[in-house]
Amino acid sequence: MFNKDYEAMPREKLKELQFERLKWSITHAYNNNKFYKTTFDNAGFSPDKFKSIDDMKHVPFLMKQDMRENSPFGLFATPMDKVVRIHSSSGTTGNATVVGYTKGDIGVWSEVMARTIAAAGGNEKDIVQVAYGYGLFTGGLGAHYGAETLGATVIPISGGNTERQLMLIKDFGTTILACTPSYAINMADFVATKMPDYDFKKTNLKAGVFGAEPWTESMRKEIETRMGIKAYDIYGLSEVIGPGVSCECSEQSGLHVFEDHFYVEVIDPETGEVLPEGEKGEIVYTSLTKEACPVIRYRSRDITRIYYDACKCGRTLVKMEKVTGRTDDMIIIRGVNVFPMQIESILMDIEGTEPHYQIILDRKGALDDVEIMVEVNEKIFSDELSQMQKLTSQIQQRFRSVLGISAKVTLVEPSTIERSLGKAKRVIDRRDM
Amino acid sequence: MNVTQVSLFLENKPGHLQSALKVLADEKINILTLTIAEVSDFGIVRMIVNNPEKAVHALKENRFTCSTTDVLAIELTDEAGSLLAALDTFSKRQLNIEYMYAFTEKRGDKAVMIFRFDDIDAAKKALQEEGYNIVKKIDIVGD
Repeated sequence: MFNKDYEAMPREKLKELQFERLKWSITHAYNNNKFYKTTFDNAGFSPDKFKSIDDMKHVPFLMKQDMRENSPFGLFATPMDKVVRIHSSSGTTGNATVVGYTKGDIGVWSEVMARTIAAAGGNEKDIVQVAYGYGLFTGGLGAHYGAETLGATVIPISGGNTERQLMLIKDFGTTILACTPSYAINMADFVATKMPDYDFKKTNLKAGVFGAEPWTESMRKEIETRMGIKAYDIYGLSEVIGPGVSCECSEQSGLHVFEDHFYVEVIDPETGEVLPEGEKGEIVYTSLTKEACPVIRYRSRDITRIYYDACKCGRTLVKMEKVTGRTDDMIIIRGVNVFPMQIESILMDIEGTEPHYQIILDRKGALDDVEIMVEVNEKIFSDELSQMQKLTSQIQQRFRSVLGISAKVTLVEPSTIERSLGKAKRVIDRRDM
Repeated sequence: MNVTQVSLFLENKPGHLQSALKVLADEKINILTLTIAEVSDFGIVRMIVNNPEKAVHALKENRFTCSTTDVLAIELTDEAGSLLAALDTFSKRQLNIEYMYAFTEKRGDKAVMIFRFDDIDAAKKALQEEGYNIVKKIDIVGD
């Protein structure tokens, strides 16, 4: 554990600390930023009304839209001469959101990322290869500063150039890889197709800290088997700080949130009501120590649940479940909330591979008609018709049992489903609603 | 002694078989026999061609999903009841046929049929013991 005092702090003490810090953070935002002042005033809330953590429910939310509308620096709460770094999200769902950091913020961020790498078994003896992109994206520099703070050796190779990545893992004796899970699979694929003599098991690679995109348990298994490493999920969002908001520990059974810096709540995305512990909903973040860009009740749109358990790793920090989807991706089919990630896991479980698929929603009379198109690749193709029919009925059955939805499964030829640059269009909704 | 069959996945839509066959024609691949098993949405084309490796390569290059399967080509006397007799032998030896189809051309006075067994090695052994002539790859495919 990198910082036992905080990571294993008794819950009561942690709650006191959170209250003190929340009060500071809310006051700081209110006093030093116009947007927060106006929003709080309009909601009839002021920092002196904050008497206990329970009063958080009276604090207005910060929406993604607010971040965009106040871009680039409208949500900063320190003068620019205190800001030492700017990062920006790629803006997958609209305009980019811009965030700033003071020296103190960079210190906090480095600390939580150091804790993250330590939770994956890292220490000062490790060689960390940072294959997240360096630049405006928070992944590269976040992992970089964290690994340095931990005292490990950093290889700042950034993303891309897979062959070189693999050579450096071998030649420099990399022990921990930091990149997106899909890039890890890409590396394994590269070895399988182009480097027959390369053997991950003969390298020193022992762990990976993978994040920046949602991934499934099946993907974890695939990475762990093919690379011979432990694959840990790490989570963060640039609005809150970047990577280092939460991370998995040796137990790999949920991600510990660094609650001495981030306060989390789970709300019902429809009503905004705070949900009881363990219920699934949208996770909301409040920064406790951030100076340049405080976020107060930021609605992440990520869907998860949080729970307290006596974790074997010794951390007392709350855990959040692997994020399974976003409120924007959510589709409602015959009244059931469905996330594309769930569909991916079903297909992965059945075929051991993630095929290209697309869901087509249509309205037939009063009923939603669901068709799942799955591209037939070599792994799932058989010369026997009965096997192919077994495959479609298996997918259908899993859909019924997991999601409670009956769907038509259509097998299609490769490249039939349109690929867009970056994110594939997984859902076509033709329902006229 | 096994014959290599090329199996190809196609959607059951106009033009799809045509575009696959065009790929083979462009590569000067000759189809010796072909059969299609289909359901409403898709079909599986099974064919014996003169150069299966080249055929698979060309089809994959053109983004078709295909694979190769080992099948047995068995000579049968071209007269009433000979297929029935073969099937009798299969059931006696507990051999299960997944599917079968015929060659259009005769080999001398014999007919040749393609059988896909679930256990090809067991089938080969049993049929040789029963005196069937399993046609060698080279005889069918040529070079």
